Amino acid sequence: MKFKKILPQFLTLLFIVLIFGFFTMNAQENMDTRGIEFGFGFLSKSASFDIQFSLIDYDGSMSYGRAYLVGLLNTLLVSFIGIILCTILGIIVGVARLSPNYLINKTASFYVEFFRNVPLLLQIFFWYFAALRALPMPEDAPLIFGSSYMTIKGLYTVAPIWNNFDVFFIALIIAMIIIFFFNKFAKRKQEKEGKQYPKFLISLGIFIILPSLTFLIGGVDLSWSFPELKQLAKTSFTFDGGMGIPPELIALTLALTLYTATFIAENVRAGIQGVGKGQKEAAASIGLTPSQVLKLVIMPQALRIIIPPTTNQYLNLTKNSSLAAAIAYPDLVLVFAGTAMMQTGRAIEIVGITMATYLTISLTISMFMNWYNKRIAIQEK
Amino acid sequence: MNNVNFLKPNRENLNLFLVFGTLFFALGILDFCLNNFYETNITGFLPGFISFFTPLIFGMIGLHLIRIEFSGIKILDELNKNINTNNFNAALSISIIILIIFGVAPLLNWFILDANFIGDSKEACTGGGACWVYIKVWFNRFIYGMYPNAEQWRVNATFIIVLGFMALGYFFPLRFKKYLTFYYVIFLPIISFLLIYYLISGGEFGLEWVETGAWGGLSLTFIVAFFSLIFCFPIGMMLALGRRSDLAVVKYSSLSFIEFWRGVPLITVLFMSAVMFPMFLPDGTYVDKLIRVIVAITLFEAAYTAEVIRGGLQALPRGQYDAAKSLGMGYWRLHLLVILPQALKLVIPGIANTFLALVKDTPLIFVVGLLELVGMLNLAKTNPKWLGFSMEGYVFAGIIFWIICYSMSKYSQKLELKFKTDR
Repeated sequence: MKFKKILPQFLTLLFIVLIFGFFTMNAQENMDTRGIEFGFGFLSKSASFDIQFSLIDYDGSMSYGRAYLVGLLNTLLVSFIGIILCTILGIIVGVARLSPNYLINKTASFYVEFFRNVPLLLQIFFWYFAALRALPMPEDAPLIFGSSYMTIKGLYTVAPIWNNFDVFFIALIIAMIIIFFFNKFAKRKQEKEGKQYPKFLISLGIFIILPSLTFLIGGVDLSWSFPELKQLAKTSFTFDGGMGIPPELIALTLALTLYTATFIAENVRAGIQGVGKGQKEAAASIGLTPSQVLKLVIMPQALRIIIPPTTNQYLNLTKNSSLAAAIAYPDLVLVFAGTAMMQTGRAIEIVGITMATYLTISLTISMFMNWYNKRIAIQEK
Repeated sequence: MNNVNFLKPNRENLNLFLVFGTLFFALGILDFCLNNFYETNITGFLPGFISFFTPLIFGMIGLHLIRIEFSGIKILDELNKNINTNNFNAALSISIIILIIFGVAPLLNWFILDANFIGDSKEACTGGGACWVYIKVWFNRFIYGMYPNAEQWRVNATFIIVLGFMALGYFFPLRFKKYLTFYYVIFLPIISFLLIYYLISGGEFGLEWVETGAWGGLSLTFIVAFFSLIFCFPIGMMLALGRRSDLAVVKYSSLSFIEFWRGVPLITVLFMSAVMFPMFLPDGTYVDKLIRVIVAITLFEAAYTAEVIRGGLQALPRGQYDAAKSLGMGYWRLHLLVILPQALKLVIPGIANTFLALVKDTPLIFVVGLLELVGMLNLAKTNPKWLGFSMEGYVFAGIIFWIICYSMSKYSQKLELKFKTDR
């Protein structure tokens, strides 16, 4: 009996050890013959390549480590924007798919069926190489909303110029903390005494009033910088001032959002449909208003179904953002696993670091997810 | 004649309301169309802001007037029930109708009316619409890649034979039905591999050798997807069983394998197979690019398949395990005869989604330099004779992928219904 349990484990272990041993031995041998040494010392060496778009200060004289950071931040930036936009779009489309209105229902399902069945890479290419290339040159671009220009070289829009931004930021955080404790207090009050506060309105009030106060007393000042057309040469124009968003980022965000939103819409639909009809009827029969039914009965149960697969989609979006490499948006894969690897030739270290980075992001989120799932799981007796 | 109250449409004056309602609705649509396609604003005398919303306002008035319950006219009742239950719904419906007209008309123009179909060079494309000549000229390349024109019958023959073998499974006599899985999982891959090796790759029997670098286009998409699909399923099944095993070593090695592949993007896996993997092999050994790619995609998707199958295994009630054990079944018989058939049935949608993801992931093989359909498009796009037709190419590929993926998902829905059993 015992033998029956040990043998398969032993075989598995042997198999793993053999494979890893074989690979390591070969890698060692190959690196010896090519005169490469394994190590991460290259990270502090000067990178000597430029990156088109960076959130932090960067130029060619800085280290590979810094270039890695630039790539990572760019990946996180596009994921962050994508996650926010696809959540909004996903919820709208998911609710629209449940609409009794035939036209809305069908339009939403057409959107879902279309965008989820076309490869993401193709969509990225479409937006970048076909759709955005059809935009006008900077000198011909029309003014949109009195402030922005949509050109072939990207979107140029207003940029905020802050004075004492940190005061404003701190006020914002303090407002959030106050709202958090206020909500806790209001909930306890309601559970104990049945007294209800207009929670949402008060929260919104705190959120708006407290940060705006800093403009009056904190010395915070906000002005806008508008993009202005500037002539470089006879036929070469660019924009000065304002904020430029590169077309790579726009195309990538558009494709990721439109693609991922279809999956989120399906999750939202499944979640809302997953709440039994009896729940709604029971809630209505004890005298809850429709908005209370939605807030207190349907949403808590629907969210339990919606959130786990949706987090999965967020993870997918983050991983899919690596397709950026195909259109030269300087994300982690392009900057580090592309350019940096070409220059240093350290395939094992660099691919290893890149994979480890994504793995860390994924495992952190799935650990958080498991914790959350345990927290919201229905306690059955 | 009763009093006519235009705020409250009623049955008594049904015809009157119908006429006025339809009139207003038509006026709204007409206003929008004139505005958009003929650049004449019939409501230009109104202030700009109101003039912009006139189609919506007219349409809403129209829909309001025809919102009559139990009118006795079947079509009207259906219409009201579906798109016109209240003012909010009516506004949404009109916005959607306007959006559809706004979107469909130019698309139709681009796709068909202004498009060019005839000719064989760039000069034939004179209209403002799509240049389908481009697709026609490059069609061969999009399907077969750089595969020599004279040898393309070999690719066709291979696909037809493999399809034939696949269809053969349907005609198995009942007696041999139990070997069906064996046929699909072991026999078919071997046959297909041999066919591809001898017929597409060639080099023997007097056939000219064609290197894998020359393969490409849609046929390469199919080859990569086919083999990855076939191999990732059994591997995923083993991993799923491994992850639920009581044996610690098996369990944790499966777990870390699955979590590793699920945690990294496919593009890095392909990077690994392209630049890192050769370092791990003895000096001088060379594994073909295509094989490396198929192995990488297979392992990657196997991890996803494993998680889907695990979901099915977890959904089965304990009683199934206990009952099978009480009949004296061992581990393998228990799983193969009782657990897996039920679990797999439960996870058909999940498996189909994984397979769809696999098909949609195949374009990523451009990373290692293999050019399937999307890769070929990008190549054709840079051809100096055919600059400026990227839109047509992407739309073409989009339609092809959409057809493949959509029919796959519909087929899986059919399978799901077919195997549905109430427990």
